[in-house]
Amino acid sequence: MELTLIDKLIRFVVHVSVAAAWATALPVLAFVGEIPPAERRSGYDFMSRETRAMQDDDTANPGLLWVLEGEALWKRKVGSAGRACADCHGEARERMKGVAARYPAFDPARVRPINLEQRINLCRTDQQAAAPLAYESRELLALTAYVTRQSRGLPIEVGTDPRTRPFLDAGGAAFQRRQGQLNLACYQCHNDHWGRRLAGNVIPQGHPTGYPLYRLEWQGLGSLQRRLRNCLVGMRAEPYEYGAPELVDLELFLMWRARGMTIDAPGVRP
Amino acid sequence: MASVLINVPARAKRGEVIEIKTLISHVMETGFRRTQLGALIPRDIIKQFVCTYNGTEIFRAELHPAIAANPFIVFSTVATESGTLAFHWTGDAGFSVKESAAIVVE
Repeated sequence: MELTLIDKLIRFVVHVSVAAAWATALPVLAFVGEIPPAERRSGYDFMSRETRAMQDDDTANPGLLWVLEGEALWKRKVGSAGRACADCHGEARERMKGVAARYPAFDPARVRPINLEQRINLCRTDQQAAAPLAYESRELLALTAYVTRQSRGLPIEVGTDPRTRPFLDAGGAAFQRRQGQLNLACYQCHNDHWGRRLAGNVIPQGHPTGYPLYRLEWQGLGSLQRRLRNCLVGMRAEPYEYGAPELVDLELFLMWRARGMTIDAPGVRP
Repeated sequence: MASVLINVPARAKRGEVIEIKTLISHVMETGFRRTQLGALIPRDIIKQFVCTYNGTEIFRAELHPAIAANPFIVFSTVATESGTLAFHWTGDAGFSVKESAAIVVE
């Protein structure tokens, strides 16, 4: 069959853009049923008007209480080195801008990606000579919330480092893998059935744009790993420990999957 | 130390109805929950919230165990004169937090 000029032109453009995509966007992972970029939506869009209003108002959003605490902790001298975060990093408003949008990031010393909580704890042990903070402790969540807050409105840029590629693949494989007694994979809810209901709740797409976030159900702030462990328990799978490499890989994949979307932390969720 | 977020309009017209929003961090432990070993977790709640406007009480609330953590209290008043709005939360275990906000009435 003869190709029309238009067809040829379209094929050429597609060819060129695919080549360009391969050259620039480093991890070109292709998954069946992946949500097209234009249809990606933050969990915010699935919430009720009241909960959205709560997140948007800085005096109604309880996550801001942790941000306030984080600001105080940022300036407090800790550990035997007697240094505060601010002594090395300076003003968080400028120096921490966009940092959270790039995590999990590759750590050369550990030869693997680490998340923001792990980065804060590494700073504590290596630079401040202080004891690391426990996962989900008020202090660690406060510092994470304060740092993440400085990236509000900025696009997520994760997965551009070639060294993170194998970990990104591992996270992607975990997203696709059926697990637990219910034999479910993440993608079955969050790629194939988002927008529909699971019991009374709308299934979101699972983009981690608002973490650490305030869940009304938790009556407190929680990290992405807490949410992931929740999901695993719901699937009747054995949840990984906080800070487990498997969870960080999955975090990395989810952030890459949400690349280009804007950070709206600290979010509020029902 | 409990952190507090208060939203009071900095300026208002005389006679205008203004909205005041307060948010305080508090666990609001009900006193009905138990640990995994069966020991009762003692009650730890905010029991009372009082707002005064230049010394005159304009709003008071009693809080109970069923109220969620980090109580968010919104109320309104009529802006009568420039001055200070003082907020006082009191509760179990000697909990007492005071905050204030200034308002200019034109």
